[in-house]
Amino acid sequence: MIPRIYVPADSGALALGAEKVARAIEKELKERGVEAKIVRNGSRGAYFLEPMVEVATAEGRVAYGPVKPSDVKGLFDSGFLKGGPHKRWLGAPDKIPFLAKQTRLTFARCGVIDPLSLDSYKSHGGLNGLQKAVAMTPADIVSQVTESGLRGRGGAGFPTGIKWKTVLDTAGDRKYIVCNADEGDSATFADRMIMEGDPFVLIEGMAIAGIATGATKGFVYIRSEYPHAVATMNKAVAIARKAGVLGANVLGSPNTFDMEIRVGAGAYVCGEETSLLNSLEGKRGVVRAKPPLPAIQGLFGKPTVINNVISLASVPIIMDKGAAYYKDFGMGRSRGTIPIQIAGNVKHGGLFETAFGMTLGEIVDEIGGGTASGRPVKAVQVGGPLGAYFPRALFDTPFDYEAFAAKDGLIGHAGITVFDDSADMMKQARFAMEFCAIESCGKCTPCRIGSTRGMEVLDKVAAGIEAEKNLALVTDLCNTMKFGSLCALGGFTPYPVMSSITHFPEDFKPAPARVAAE
Amino acid sequence: MPMQPASTEIASRTAAIIEELKDLEGPLLPILHEIQEEFGHVPQAALPVIADGLNLSRAEVHGVVSFYHDFRGQPAGRHVLKLCQAEACQSMGSEAVAAKVKQLLGIDFHGTTRDGSVTLEPVYCLGLCACSPSAMLDGEVIGRLDDEKIEEIVAEVRS
Repeated sequence: MIPRIYVPADSGALALGAEKVARAIEKELKERGVEAKIVRNGSRGAYFLEPMVEVATAEGRVAYGPVKPSDVKGLFDSGFLKGGPHKRWLGAPDKIPFLAKQTRLTFARCGVIDPLSLDSYKSHGGLNGLQKAVAMTPADIVSQVTESGLRGRGGAGFPTGIKWKTVLDTAGDRKYIVCNADEGDSATFADRMIMEGDPFVLIEGMAIAGIATGATKGFVYIRSEYPHAVATMNKAVAIARKAGVLGANVLGSPNTFDMEIRVGAGAYVCGEETSLLNSLEGKRGVVRAKPPLPAIQGLFGKPTVINNVISLASVPIIMDKGAAYYKDFGMGRSRGTIPIQIAGNVKHGGLFETAFGMTLGEIVDEIGGGTASGRPVKAVQVGGPLGAYFPRALFDTPFDYEAFAAKDGLIGHAGITVFDDSADMMKQARFAMEFCAIESCGKCTPCRIGSTRGMEVLDKVAAGIEAEKNLALVTDLCNTMKFGSLCALGGFTPYPVMSSITHFPEDFKPAPARVAAE
Repeated sequence: MPMQPASTEIASRTAAIIEELKDLEGPLLPILHEIQEEFGHVPQAALPVIADGLNLSRAEVHGVVSFYHDFRGQPAGRHVLKLCQAEACQSMGSEAVAAKVKQLLGIDFHGTTRDGSVTLEPVYCLGLCACSPSAMLDGEVIGRLDDEKIEEIVAEVRS
C-alpha cells in the first residue's frame, strides 16, 4: 500500500503554514524517490498543534505537530512514514488529551477524512442519515429532530424541529432551505471548519431538511471572508450532484433537492436571519420585522427553513443513530453536543466538541490551559461580539443556554475569547458600541444612532467627565437599545457593554483616579 | 494608478455578466461580485446597466452596492491587506499590529499607498480566532502575526 500523509488544508492550518509544509513534503518525497499520497484533510481543531501532519501506519494514524517546513527533512530522516520518533511526534491523534476528552458527533469526521472524497465520507458513516430519511415520511423526520432536542446552534437556541414543523405545515408552491454560514462572530470558526473539513455532512443535513419540509431548493450563504470554505463547498456540491446525492432523485428516491452556494459581501448584520434573506434576494441586508416568521414567509416570500451550519450538520447523526442517542448527551434543556471554540489569548486554542454542561472554568483553565501570554485570565467573552464578558467569579457557570441567560449572558455560537489581565474593559465596552455603529443596518434608531452616542458617552467616562452621571446614561441607553431594536445587533450590544460595567467597575473609574490607583 | 476602462467598455462587459447570471434566483449580489472581479471595483458606469438589466431603479442598485463593505467604488492597490481587528485578535494585540503596519506603510485603514502597491483594510473576523492576530493578504490567510511576519508582509507588498 502507498503510504498516506495527511496535511490539513483548513484555513487555520494554512494560516500557520500548512501549504509550505505540504510543498516541503512533496519535494522531499521526490528527492528521496519515495512514493506516498498526500491527502489534504480538514483540521481536527487543535490549532495549537497546527500544522499537524498525520501518517497512516499499520498501527493506525500517527500525528506530528506543529510541523514547520524546516522540520520536514528531519521527519523523513527519523522514519515518520512508519510513525518514527521525532521531537514533533504526538502519537495517535485521538489520544492527544485535547482531542481525547471530546465527544465528537457533529465533528466526527472533520480532520479525519479527505473532505472531497464521497467514498471516504461514506466509509465513515456518511449518508446513513439521508438513506434513512428518504424511506421516512416528512412528519416522522421532523418529529425525530424535535425529539432529539436539537436547538439552533447559530446562537438563538430555537428548537430546530419546531421550525421545521412550521415549514412542513405551511402550504407553499415552493419552499427553501437556507443555511446561515455567515459566521461573523469573533471567536467562532466551527462553521468554517465543517465546510472546509466535512462539507458533505452539511449537504446531507440540508437534503434531509428539504425532504422533511417539502423544500426542493437550498442555499448556503457563506461570508466572503471565507474563500476556502466557499471553494470547498462549491466542489462538494458538484460532486454530490454528480453522485445523485443532490438532484431530481435524491439517492434514487422520488425526492428532489438541489442547492447553490452564495457569497456574502462583508456585512456582519447579514448573519441575522432576516437580513440574510434580504441579502440573498439581492437587496440591502436590512433586518425584517417578525412576524411574519421566515418559516411562513421567508426567502422570496416562501416558507423557508433557515438554520445555522452546525444545526444542519448535526441532523445526519440524529437521523442515523436516533433522537435518543443524541438527546442522551447534555443537561437540562440543552441536549446533545456543542462545538465550543476556544480562542483569543489562550494556550490551547481550538474547537472542543462536548456535551453541554462543562463549566466555563473547566473549559478555559483545564481545556484551554489558561492564557497564551502566561498572565492571569481577567475576562472571557462568550458568544461573540454581542456576548457578555464573564469574570473569573462566574467561572462556575455551566455551558448551557439557560444557565448563561441566568447570568445575563449568552452562549451564542459558542465562541469563547480569553483576555489576560492587560485587557481594559472600558475599551472593550467602547469597541462593542463602535462595532455596532460600523455594522448597524440602519433600520432601528437605537442601534443606528444609539451605538454612536454610546461611544461618545463612554469617551466622556474615559476622560473623567461626570463619570457617574455618564455611566448612568450608558445604562439607560443600553436599556433602550435592548428593547428598541428588532434584531440581536442593537438588542445584544448591551451585553458586552453592561457586563463590562457590572463585573469590572474598576476599569470605568475616571482616568486620573485610575492613574492614582496604580 | 491602473488605467480605467472607458464607460462604453464597462457597459458592454457589465451587460455580458448580467446576461450570464440574470437567471439565478436573486442575481444582484452574484452579479456585483463578478463585476468587482472583472474591474477590481464596481464602477459607477455599471450601475445604470445593472438597473436596466434587472428592472430595478438606479437608486435601488446604488443602495445595495453602498450597503456592503466589500464593494469598492475605486480600484484597490495591487495588493489588499486585511488586518483582523475583532475581539479574539484584540486579545492578542491586533491593535499594536495595526499600528505597526500603518506606520511601515505610511497609510491608515481604508488607505492606499501612493505608489498604488497596497490597500490596507480592517476586517472583523477571519475565523482564525485560535491563531490570532490574523490577516489576509490577497485572499491568503496568515495567523499568529509577529514582528517578523509583519515585516515579511510589508516587504512582499512593496516589491
